[in-house]
Amino acid sequence: MDSSITRLQLADLLLPCMPCKYIRWKDLGVSSPNPAKIVRSKTGDIMPENDDDDDRPPPPPPHPAARRCAACRYLRRRCADDCVLAPFFPASRPHRYFCVHTVFGASNVARLLQSLPMAERGNAANTMAMEAYWRVQDPVYGCTGIINRLQDEIRAVQCELARTQALLAIALAAAASRQLQPPPPPPPQQDRAGGRPVVVVVRGQQQQEEEEEQSPPAPSLMDPADEYLNLDGL
Amino acid sequence: MAGSGTPCASCKLLRRRCTSECVFAPYFPAEEAQRFAMVHRVFGASNVSKMLQEVPPAQRADAVSSLVYEANARMRDPVYGCVAAISFLQHQVSHLQKQLALAHAHTAALQLQLQQQQQLQHQLQQDHDQHEHCILQNALPQLMLQDAFLKKESMWT
Repeated sequence: MDSSITRLQLADLLLPCMPCKYIRWKDLGVSSPNPAKIVRSKTGDIMPENDDDDDRPPPPPPHPAARRCAACRYLRRRCADDCVLAPFFPASRPHRYFCVHTVFGASNVARLLQSLPMAERGNAANTMAMEAYWRVQDPVYGCTGIINRLQDEIRAVQCELARTQALLAIALAAAASRQLQPPPPPPPQQDRAGGRPVVVVVRGQQQQEEEEEQSPPAPSLMDPADEYLNLDGL
Repeated sequence: MAGSGTPCASCKLLRRRCTSECVFAPYFPAEEAQRFAMVHRVFGASNVSKMLQEVPPAQRADAVSSLVYEANARMRDPVYGCVAAISFLQHQVSHLQKQLALAHAHTAALQLQLQQQQQLQHQLQQDHDQHEHCILQNALPQLMLQDAFLKKESMWT
């Protein structure tokens, strides 16, 4: 099984249960239902038929086997109208009830659902189905294996988060120290021909160049070779 | 059967004779009756027996521990059981992953900013060096002329 339980997997297992396939003609509002004359819409809904053949005999009731839920079908018993398991274990999903029956048992499931209010029974049935499914997939650990894997994943993500936050703090500190200490300005330039030193000052990101006229110092006779080497006026 | 002939917790609860082949005896001693009571209430003794028999003997202890954990969770929360814990942990994982993504984004933005600053400083340094070179090239002919003039003067003097 995948180590991480995605929302899609959880949502897939928490899909609302379909009702038991038991057609109650009186609920449909049809007085004399005739299966041969049932008109269905494009979506498959049964449309009310015309009342122009009341003298025809009523159709036989549907076969009892057609209206059993997955639990009663598995247990090979008649599905009563007040079957506790019918709303939550439809015949269209037999594997769902198979897992629940294997792990919990029919009597335990029925007793647990009956002890709960009607509003909570759906969630209880879904969670029991999930636990049973995971237990069938992993007979040793079941859903506790998933809990362990999630806890391991949480620990790993927490370590990665701590490491990333530490690196971020170091980078922020380095950036702050760099802003507090601007780069030193370059030394002033001296023009040998006119004796007017040219000072080029670079101020960080502003890139300002200024020429300042200073009082010309007394020219000194130096060796030509030294002049070529010592061009920065030092 | 447990030591000194006492029945295990399962046989005591089920009121039957505890034999040497009892599958529950090694995992449900008589001192821990509550554990088997929970497991029996949630899963049923027959289901637990079948599940244990399907598991290799070396892993039966872990299986029993996990069953006890699930039964305990189901007793505490009859509606959600263990799924509540799984949902909570899944939510925690999602939250931490979002925080991690945010931290990575901040780090990447800061690194980009630092790189841009370094490139800017490098460019400024290059411009400064180029300016120095230009000044040197402009000053060199004048220096040569000055040197020639000084030499001429010395010749005359």
